[in-house]
Amino acid sequence: MLAEARRGRLRPVSVELIGAACALSEEGAGPVTVALIGADAETHAAAVDVVGVEHVLVVPTPQPAFEAHVMQTAVAALIERRAPSLVLAGHTIDSLGFAPALAACGGHGFASDVTAIHWGEHGAVVQRGAYGDRLIAELDFPGRQTVVLLLRPGAFALAATDRASPGATVERIELDLAGCARTEHVELRDPPTGDVDIAKADFVLALGRGVGTAEQLERLERVADAIGATVAVSGPLVEAGWAERSRKVGQSGNTVAPRVYLAFGISGAAQHVAGMSRSRMIIAVNSDPGARIFDVAHYGAVADLFVIAAELERSFA
Amino acid sequence: MKILVPVKQVASLDGDFTLADDGGLREGEPTWRLNEWDEFSLEAAVQLSEAADGEVVVVSVGPERVEEALRACLARGADRAIRVWGEGLAGAADPLSLASVLAAVARAEAPALILCGAQSADAAHAATGVALAGLLDLPRVAVVSAIERDGRHLTVQRELEGGAVEVLRIAPPCLLTVQTGINRPRQPTLRAIRQARMKPVAVAGPAELALEPAVVLAGAGSRTVGLRERPRSAGAKLLEGAPADVAARITEIVKESLAR
Repeated sequence: MLAEARRGRLRPVSVELIGAACALSEEGAGPVTVALIGADAETHAAAVDVVGVEHVLVVPTPQPAFEAHVMQTAVAALIERRAPSLVLAGHTIDSLGFAPALAACGGHGFASDVTAIHWGEHGAVVQRGAYGDRLIAELDFPGRQTVVLLLRPGAFALAATDRASPGATVERIELDLAGCARTEHVELRDPPTGDVDIAKADFVLALGRGVGTAEQLERLERVADAIGATVAVSGPLVEAGWAERSRKVGQSGNTVAPRVYLAFGISGAAQHVAGMSRSRMIIAVNSDPGARIFDVAHYGAVADLFVIAAELERSFA
Repeated sequence: MKILVPVKQVASLDGDFTLADDGGLREGEPTWRLNEWDEFSLEAAVQLSEAADGEVVVVSVGPERVEEALRACLARGADRAIRVWGEGLAGAADPLSLASVLAAVARAEAPALILCGAQSADAAHAATGVALAGLLDLPRVAVVSAIERDGRHLTVQRELEGGAVEVLRIAPPCLLTVQTGINRPRQPTLRAIRQARMKPVAVAGPAELALEPAVVLAGAGSRTVGLRERPRSAGAKLLEGAPADVAARITEIVKESLAR
């Protein structure tokens, strides 16, 4: 299981990966080894030593920033040494830069955006969404010694980190990774500052494609002001240039878990849901009764979002 | 600068659809269209090519219906197209299998740059491009949200979670997978659509590409054992009634949740 860190911090998906790995281990998939690969890998060793983890491998890299080719070389070397049945990583932007190449070059089994895994007599059987999650595909990996799986963030239960761990063995592995980088890191740019941090909001009004036009988006921003909500958006609104990237919720945007997530005109594509599914109360308004957002919402209304928005302004006043 | 742009024709399931008895999709029922991500990778390729007097070659793996998607690319500025198909390739839908087919095309074309969409709208593996780079041993960057030429290098941005971006430099020959929103894909003019009819669409089979279909299929990363409709979760409790009543109930739920 490959833990992911950025800017010296372990990313939350890593705790989900450990949870998934431990559950598989209980189904008979074998012991769990967490690999920490990066310049500051050692600093995370204690954080990943949770109940169910047997080994922690610390693999230092020459450069501080993630580099896809270095990562591919390092993981390939670990697979060669440890011959794991499964390699789990997050379905994240970093993983997408190396895992498919790793699998193609190593002849490994591979599936991405995996939402469920079971360990059976013939190894792993996984589920993943297809056609915007309208369908579920079930996949297996006959004849593969090693299967690389990228797990959808938010789809797996977190590892139990509250119980004291009996203590995993920690091993430092020195690999010759000099000269493996094939891109040159220039800089990491933060999202535009001065704007609000939607991840800190208690009450989010999330707006999607259903708002229709930039003018109507402005109108709904005024409604958000009136009801005390922070505006977040789905990907298409950022791509259309109507909203700042810092407002985007989803896999390639922010992950939020507010007390209330009020979704207007959001269809509920997997990329979006990955960024909001842990919200404590999700209420969705959409004119399409088939919208996937109703699957993750606690409450839903099939209605014209503008009519509801106007009424909300009144009922909040 | 020769740029190769692998594209996919995807099934759009916006409306109703049915599954065949064997669990597969019923061919002929979905509407087929050019993958949304590929509209952006193609536009990026055409813009780079226009600035450097290059050539844009689009390639797709699939049966005759795929020609429509390739013609759409030609109308949006691609110079020529290759459709790969033939006996034994029908099952080559897995990203690793597709990558091995595309690798044969790339070896024959030897482009300076390969631009892929970051993912397809239907299967959404987000894997074919980077698998292709791996097979060709090309440097690559995945999920790119900006590309700029910088002498012999490209300066690109990689879109990270949380709205941050990484800026990095990469030297061609290389492969990039492109995120939507990187540019504004042009809509083809009628004249361009007419001209696209005159542009060549070559058809290449496994033999021309020295591909062994059995090997391509055996290279698949997984085997699909079932495809079914996702059971609707119990999901949302529906709020019904007049808009004012629905809004009043939402207000109540919001206030209760915030007070908790």
